[in-house]
Amino acid sequence: MKKMSRMAPVFVILVLAAAWELIVQIAGIPLYVLPAPSDTLRAFVSDFPALLGHAGVTVMEALAGMGISFVIGIFMGILIDAMPTFKRCVYPILVVTQTVPTIVLAPIFIIYMGFGYAPKILTVVLMCFFPIVVSFSDGLGQMDQGYLNLVKTYGGSKAQLYRIVKIPSAMISLLSGLKVAATYSISGAVVGEWIASQSGLGYYLIRAKNAYMLDDVFACVLMIILLSLLMNGIVKLFGWAVLPMERRKVKAGKQLS
Amino acid sequence: MKLTVKNLNFAYEDQKVLHDLSFEIQDGEFVSILGPSGCGKSTLLNVLSGILPPQEGQVLIDEAPVKGVDGRFAYMPQNDLLFPWKTILDNVCLYGEIHHRKKEMREEARAQMARFGLKGCENKYPGELSGGMRQRAAFLRTTLCEAGIYLLDEPFGALDVITRSDMQEWLKDLCTKLKKTILLVTHDTDEAIYLSDRILILGAPGEGIRREIAIKEENRTREWLYEQGSLRAEIHRIIKTKPREA
Repeated sequence: MKKMSRMAPVFVILVLAAAWELIVQIAGIPLYVLPAPSDTLRAFVSDFPALLGHAGVTVMEALAGMGISFVIGIFMGILIDAMPTFKRCVYPILVVTQTVPTIVLAPIFIIYMGFGYAPKILTVVLMCFFPIVVSFSDGLGQMDQGYLNLVKTYGGSKAQLYRIVKIPSAMISLLSGLKVAATYSISGAVVGEWIASQSGLGYYLIRAKNAYMLDDVFACVLMIILLSLLMNGIVKLFGWAVLPMERRKVKAGKQLS
Repeated sequence: MKLTVKNLNFAYEDQKVLHDLSFEIQDGEFVSILGPSGCGKSTLLNVLSGILPPQEGQVLIDEAPVKGVDGRFAYMPQNDLLFPWKTILDNVCLYGEIHHRKKEMREEARAQMARFGLKGCENKYPGELSGGMRQRAAFLRTTLCEAGIYLLDEPFGALDVITRSDMQEWLKDLCTKLKKTILLVTHDTDEAIYLSDRILILGAPGEGIRREIAIKEENRTREWLYEQGSLRAEIHRIIKTKPREA
């Protein structure tokens, strides 16, 4: 039963793809308007080496952006939790930064920083750090006061309060933020590349689109989806590593079923 | 260690909770504090453990004044407060972790596990244990604090009746062996009669100690406890009495 429910979305996708294939074939829709799933898969396979090369660049930018966002996120999350004044000053500004569309900022970054990797990485950072900061600082603030008092009465210092209680308790919340950020990271890099670049999936995408090779465009989108799932998987692995009790829960669950 | 509380005052804004509270607990004595809810029982423990600063008055251990958080007090809160992401062994060694003596404490904790009915639970997580076992783990954590005075804030309040009486039995045996000074806050009259050498009954907020009852019986059993009907009735009457005009 459990396996069935896990397979359900796969089943739905297969049905939709079959319907799409059928419509394209019966109506004879040309490739430059709507490629069929089979065309997309064919393009994905035949152009795989090129796609993989560009994907490497995009993943590198996404990982660099995620890494920077992670460091900023942890640092700011702790500052926001530890200093209420800092929170009052900075939090509203953080929210405002998220209301500015990235597509507007990306060209400006390129004007300031040139055509290299830097503006793309910055685009990723801008999209990714916000969910990390918010989830982490919220997680830090949610711990039951009783635990904090307990560590205080045991003579714990402020740093120990964070190390022993607050940071571990914020992990689950941080992980949800990281999952959101991970899915954004590939899109962020692609948006940066879309504006101006010589490599990366964004570059591939715009070239294929300008040539009306829609099967290649769709193949590239497929690649972006796979990479975003990969980033999500990396975060899940990270969660696996830092939450020993989650590991135990999964094991216990397996034994039960 | 002897605990002395002298003219302690505490108020939340203008709501007086502790007013001129004074009492003494002798070395190795087990004292319970009973009282209606809101009378300041938990506030008293919070002040003693250093979570809340006293506004007036003094707390002394062996006649020397205490300032702020003091390692000679071991505070055990109402709910077990075990960290869900730590194993039982790591949880009970919290004091050692804070004071950089985790390794030695682990050895000590392992040796104590059986005595606390936790043998085989070293590497389990709190979520895998029953309420009674979690409370015993919290108690083991308290005893590993190397403190001389235990402050217990309704330690069995969250347990079901049967587990609670088992735990009281267990605590009674343990206390005679530990020989520590213990201050227990509870709302369970039977628990107070069964475990304490002396019961202090707190009055309404700001009133102070209304009555002190010493319990002399050496050989306490459940049967003995069931015969204490008149004592129980008297305690209830004292608690229920309307406060004198403050």
